Amino acid sequence: MERIQSATQLESIIAEKSKVFSDKIQGVGGKRAVVVCGGTGCLANDSLAIEEELIKAIKEAGLQDKISVNHVGCFGFCSQGPFVKIFPEDTLYRAVTLKDIKQIVEDDLIGGKICENLLYVDPVTHEKVARQDDINFYKKQVRIALHGCSLINPEDIEEALGYDGFKALKKVLTTMTPQQVIDEVLASGLRGCGGGGFPTGRKWQFAANVKADQKYIVCNGDEGDPGAFMDRSILEGNPFEVIEGMMIAGYAFGASEGYFYVRAEYPVAVHRLQLAIQAMEQVGLLGDNILGTDFSFRAHLRLGAGAFVCGEETALLNSIEGKRGMPRPRPPFPAIRGLWGKPTCVNNVETLSQVPFILREGAAKFASYGTEGSKGTKVFALGGKINNVGLVEVPMGTTLRTLIYEIGGGIPNNKKFKAIQTGGPSGGCLTEKDLDTPIDYDTLVARGSMMGSGGAIVMDEDNCAVDVAHFYMEFICDESCGKCTPCRIGTKRLFEMLTQVTEGRGTLDTLAQMKELATVIKSGALCALGQTAANPILSTMNNFPEEYEAHVVDKKCPAHVCKKLMSYKIQPDRCVGCTLCARNCPVSCIHMTQIPAKPMVPGKVIPGKFAHEIDQSKCIKCGSCMSGCRFGAIIKE
Amino acid sequence: MAIRNEVVEGVKRICDQYANEPSPLMMILSAVQKEYGYIPLEVQKIISEKTGIPVAEIYGVVTFYSFFSLNPKGKYVLGICLGTACYVKNSQQVIDKFSQMLGIGPGETTEDGLFTIEAVRCIGACALAPAMSINGKVLPKVTPDQVGKIIDEYRAKEAQ
Repeated sequence: MERIQSATQLESIIAEKSKVFSDKIQGVGGKRAVVVCGGTGCLANDSLAIEEELIKAIKEAGLQDKISVNHVGCFGFCSQGPFVKIFPEDTLYRAVTLKDIKQIVEDDLIGGKICENLLYVDPVTHEKVARQDDINFYKKQVRIALHGCSLINPEDIEEALGYDGFKALKKVLTTMTPQQVIDEVLASGLRGCGGGGFPTGRKWQFAANVKADQKYIVCNGDEGDPGAFMDRSILEGNPFEVIEGMMIAGYAFGASEGYFYVRAEYPVAVHRLQLAIQAMEQVGLLGDNILGTDFSFRAHLRLGAGAFVCGEETALLNSIEGKRGMPRPRPPFPAIRGLWGKPTCVNNVETLSQVPFILREGAAKFASYGTEGSKGTKVFALGGKINNVGLVEVPMGTTLRTLIYEIGGGIPNNKKFKAIQTGGPSGGCLTEKDLDTPIDYDTLVARGSMMGSGGAIVMDEDNCAVDVAHFYMEFICDESCGKCTPCRIGTKRLFEMLTQVTEGRGTLDTLAQMKELATVIKSGALCALGQTAANPILSTMNNFPEEYEAHVVDKKCPAHVCKKLMSYKIQPDRCVGCTLCARNCPVSCIHMTQIPAKPMVPGKVIPGKFAHEIDQSKCIKCGSCMSGCRFGAIIKE
Repeated sequence: MAIRNEVVEGVKRICDQYANEPSPLMMILSAVQKEYGYIPLEVQKIISEKTGIPVAEIYGVVTFYSFFSLNPKGKYVLGICLGTACYVKNSQQVIDKFSQMLGIGPGETTEDGLFTIEAVRCIGACALAPAMSINGKVLPKVTPDQVGKIIDEYRAKEAQ
């Protein structure tokens, strides 16, 4: 592609590429297009090989001029992947494997017949759904941050240009002053999607008000919240949109350098971001005098190295500066003194990805979604015990019930919903009673949780609230940077107390002490990581007091999760004496009793078959016996 | 421990490569870790001489981030995800099974230098929970029953 040197030139390129892209989607000229999901989830299920195989098979059929194949970013519905989608029909094939390729090519691409066996089956109605837009999982979604994800080839700048890419940048650079941009973002009500929910426009205004020879915009892609993967998917699916958002921010408050800080755990996202930056540099959309204006901008990429605390903005800045990722005291805020001492705005990936929409479609359109205090949409990563695991973008104010039961398809195996954990290690649990609460930044905080980055882990009756709190506390202990005492030592002590509770050594006094210490850490820690570290404990203690009491008073774990408080038991009246459990047992603690085994065929007692028994003193509670037993004879107590 | 000359040269080359970047330490360390698998004290001294950053500071950074390692890792790094989504789907049992079968704990390497077990915090493959990664390749929905097969597969690869 030629270098883009002016706004008019960009406009004509956008018009040309948009035509090419819409022709592709609509199948103009009898052509068809096949796209394969290239998100991390589907890549793990061999989607790259599927793409290659499709290309080969189409070539063998002599259809390569009629049918194009390429990969796209995440479809969001990762539990059903890998996906293959066919345009213009919008047919979505799910869980495709290499051996299905022949059928897709012969039946659909050549024969024009939909491959019924590869369609999504609605878990409630059991009906097969052919078109993506007709699947319940997608129906209630509004895609602003995920714009273009699963539609455009994230490694091809021409497809980005063909699907709304850089329209907002052109508008901003040629028709708006920096202050107008800030005002528009303020009017949209956009709040930081990374956790805190601070108004983005105000952050930019602070930085704009400071005079400095150099300012920086930093994109926080250090998505450390376990269970959240929206930033990864956005960077994998449409990196151009995030860079565009970053450039608009840079224009708004006067930054000419931008830094992406992305987790090293996300190699695909890093690779695609790198390609996108290179492509934009080549066509002149990054560099000096962009579109012939005075605006110059450069984007750089820095990798994290596995430290959760670096998601905290001041720790992140230290990490970019080559230091240990420890938070800095605030004030001064980064907007005044940030990266290398210069005014800096740190915005999350999802936040920046929403900026082009706001400038392209207008603040009013964005603000038409959402609630009074939280405008627009939010991407949630639904995970854990839920049927439709994946990434969903819904308007703010959607209820948990809609999220879990309509979009998420409910809880698998007819289990009972127990809680949904939002906000990761900084958040808390919401339960049955919160199901009809419209979720936004403020309602979640009011209920003792927080939005966080949007991770939403569903738990069923088989999960233990104390164990989950214990899990998060271990995480925080591990990740505490050690700078301030409340977090470094306080979380360690909390973890020890929780361990006592899960091992049956706790008392009611332990619970009272935990609550007190949690409150002290909350008020005394230096950064958000420490201040919110006790939230999972406080929230589970508030929502499930009876479960904590069961652990310390009755010394029982009601969900049978805490190993020291539960045991596996073989029911002699159901054991057929097949010896499978004894053979599976890694510590050989299962032996025969003198009780005759249950006959496999009623009435036909086989001599020498006896029911088995577990020696509790040797059992390591690995569960191998139970998972192997085909007669349901082993239970947890 | 003496360091081979070509490693000394290699590390110096990496330092030169990032010499013009502002605050290049993290980038240098990432590159060295990727190239050689670990960053022992001797290598930190070379980086210190090249960049002028005190060894104490470099050591502080190396030990702060979990991606940097002072000791060599196994040829195959088994990263079992202990992120929330994986944890609620029993990934702890997967890690226990690996430990039991290989006779090493998380963070340790087998004597033959083949495997290192690592408990990792969310690899972002939550929809495939419980997930693990082997040298960056993601394996979806791993159950304790598959652990033996996974180990055998990589051992067989090595025997070839």
